[in-house]
Amino acid sequence: MKKKIGIGKALLYVFLVAYAIITLIPFLWALSSSFKTLEEIVSGTISFIPKHFTLDNYKQIFIEQKMFPRWLFNSVIIAVTVTILNLLFNSMAGYALARLQFPGKKPLFIIILAVLMIPAQVTMIPNYLILKQLGWLNSYQGMIVPTMINATFIFMMRQFFINFPKELEEAAALDGLSRLGIFFRIVLPLARPALAAQAIFVFMGSWNDFMRPLIILSDPQLFTLPLGLNSFKGQYISYWNYIMAASMVFTLPVLVIYVFFNRYFIKGISFTGGK
Amino acid sequence: MKRTFSKKMWRETGAGYLLMSPTLFVLLLFIIGPIVFAIFLAFHKVQLLGTTTFEFVGLDNFQRIAHDTRAKIAFWNTLKYVVIVVPCQTILALVLAATLNAGLKGQKFFRIVYFLPTLTSSAVLTLIFMWMYNENGLINHVLKVLGLPTYNWIGDPDVALNAIMIMNIWSTAPYFMVIYLAALQDIPDSLYEAAELDGANALQKFWYVTVPYLRPVTSFVIIVGLIGTFQLFDQSYIFSAGSGGPNNSTLTVVLLIYQYAFKTLGTMGYAAALAVVLAIIILIATLLQRKFSKEESLY
Repeated sequence: MKKKIGIGKALLYVFLVAYAIITLIPFLWALSSSFKTLEEIVSGTISFIPKHFTLDNYKQIFIEQKMFPRWLFNSVIIAVTVTILNLLFNSMAGYALARLQFPGKKPLFIIILAVLMIPAQVTMIPNYLILKQLGWLNSYQGMIVPTMINATFIFMMRQFFINFPKELEEAAALDGLSRLGIFFRIVLPLARPALAAQAIFVFMGSWNDFMRPLIILSDPQLFTLPLGLNSFKGQYISYWNYIMAASMVFTLPVLVIYVFFNRYFIKGISFTGGK
Repeated sequence: MKRTFSKKMWRETGAGYLLMSPTLFVLLLFIIGPIVFAIFLAFHKVQLLGTTTFEFVGLDNFQRIAHDTRAKIAFWNTLKYVVIVVPCQTILALVLAATLNAGLKGQKFFRIVYFLPTLTSSAVLTLIFMWMYNENGLINHVLKVLGLPTYNWIGDPDVALNAIMIMNIWSTAPYFMVIYLAALQDIPDSLYEAAELDGANALQKFWYVTVPYLRPVTSFVIIVGLIGTFQLFDQSYIFSAGSGGPNNSTLTVVLLIYQYAFKTLGTMGYAAALAVVLAIIILIATLLQRKFSKEESLY
C-alpha cells in the first residue's frame, strides 16, 4: 500500500518537472538566441549555449537603434501614470460605493458591473473618433485618460472597503475629520495590500497592451514597447538575434516585479477571480 | 433636527460625487458614450476624409456581413479557436492546479515557474513562438528528433491557426490554474475524509469531490475564457503582420474589425456593425454557459 503511494507521488513529480520544462523552454531559447551571433542563428544548429557568446545584439538595439530607448521610456511613463491614477481613482470610487450614501449610487454600481461585460472592440472605434475630435491621437493623454479607471478594480476596492473596520473611521470622525479627510488620511493608507495587487495588474495591463497603442499611436517617436517591437520585427525580419534581445529587454521589468511581488500576484488573482 | 440631517445628507452626496467624479468622467466619455456611438455607427456609412461625415444606411452594414466571404472565414476561424482553446485550457488549468495542490515539496517553485507565460506580454510571446516555429526552428527540430512529422507552422494555412492555439493554451492556462488553486484550498478536508471512509481512491476523490465542488469556479473560468478567446487579436496580428494570412487562415473577427475600421477607407461603419455582432455573440455565449451550468448544478 505504501509503495503504491510512492509511485503515485513519483508520477506527480515527473509531471510537474515535465511541465516546468515545457514552460521554461521558450524563455530559455529566446534568452540564448539573444546572445548568439547572426551566423549561428541562420546556421540552424540547435544549442541552448551560444557558441560565440556576444552582447552585440543588445548593443545594436540600444545604440544603433535609437528609437528603442525612447519606446522603453514611453512605456514606463504611460504605465506608471496609468497605475498611479488607477490606484487613486478606483479606490475613491470603491470607497464612495461602499461607504457613502448618495442618490444614484445603486444604478451607478449596476452600470459599473455591466461595463465589465462589454468587449473592448465595441468601444474601440468610437474611442478612436472621440480621441481624434479631442486632438488626442498620438499623445500620452490619449493613452492614459481612457484607461485611468478600471471597473474590475473599482468592484474589488468596494469589496475591500465594505469589510474594512468601521470603528477607525468613526473615531476619526469624532476627531473632526471630514469624509474626504477620513478617506485620504486614514482609509487609503491602510488599504496597501489591496492597492499592491491592483498596482501589479494595472501596470502589467498597460505595459503589455498592444491593441490600444496600435490604434492611437502612429508616430514612431511615441510608440510603446509592444508596438516598437512589432515595427522592429518588420524592419529586421530575419535578424532573430536582435528581435530576441529586444524581447528580453521588454520582459525583464515584468519579471523583476513578479519576483518581488509574487505573493500579491496570487492574492490579487484569487481576489478578482473568487466568485 | 431635520435641517442638520439634510445638511449632512448634502455633504455626503457632495463627497460621494466628488470621489466618483474621475470614474464618471471616463465612464461617460470613453465607455457609455462610445457604446451608444458604436450602435449609431453600425447604422451609418462613415467618411473620415477631411471632416468626418455620417450617412444613414439602415441595416446595410449588417446585411453586408452575410455576403462578406472574409467575414464568414473570420467568424469560422474565431469559432473554431474558441471551441478548441476554452476546453483545453480549462482542463489543463484544473489538472495543473490539482497536481500543485497534492501536498508535494517544491510547490511554490513550480507555481512561480508555471505562471511566467501569463505575465509575459502577448507581443513578446508571439515573437518567441514565431522564432521557435521557424521551418528550421526549435519545435520542428524536437519533432524530428522524436520521429514526428514537421510543419511549416507559420506559412501553411492548414496549421497556422493551430500554431496560435497551442501557444495560447500554454500561455493562458496558468492564469486559470491560479484561480483553481485558490478554490481548491477552500474545499473542506472533511469531504475527502468522508470519501475515504467510503473507500474512494485518489482518482475517485478527484472526480466525485473536487470536480463537483469546483463547479462555480469552472463556470467563471469558462466565461472569462470565452470572452478572452472571442477577442483574439494580438497574436494573429503579429503572426501575420496584420493581414490574417496565410490565405486568411489566422483572420479573426477582431482582426477583421481592425482592418475595416483603420486600414480601408469608408468601411468604419461596417466595422462597427461587426463589433456589435461580436458583442452580441459573446453575450449569448456567456448567458448560455450560465444557464447550462445552473442546470447542471441541480443534480
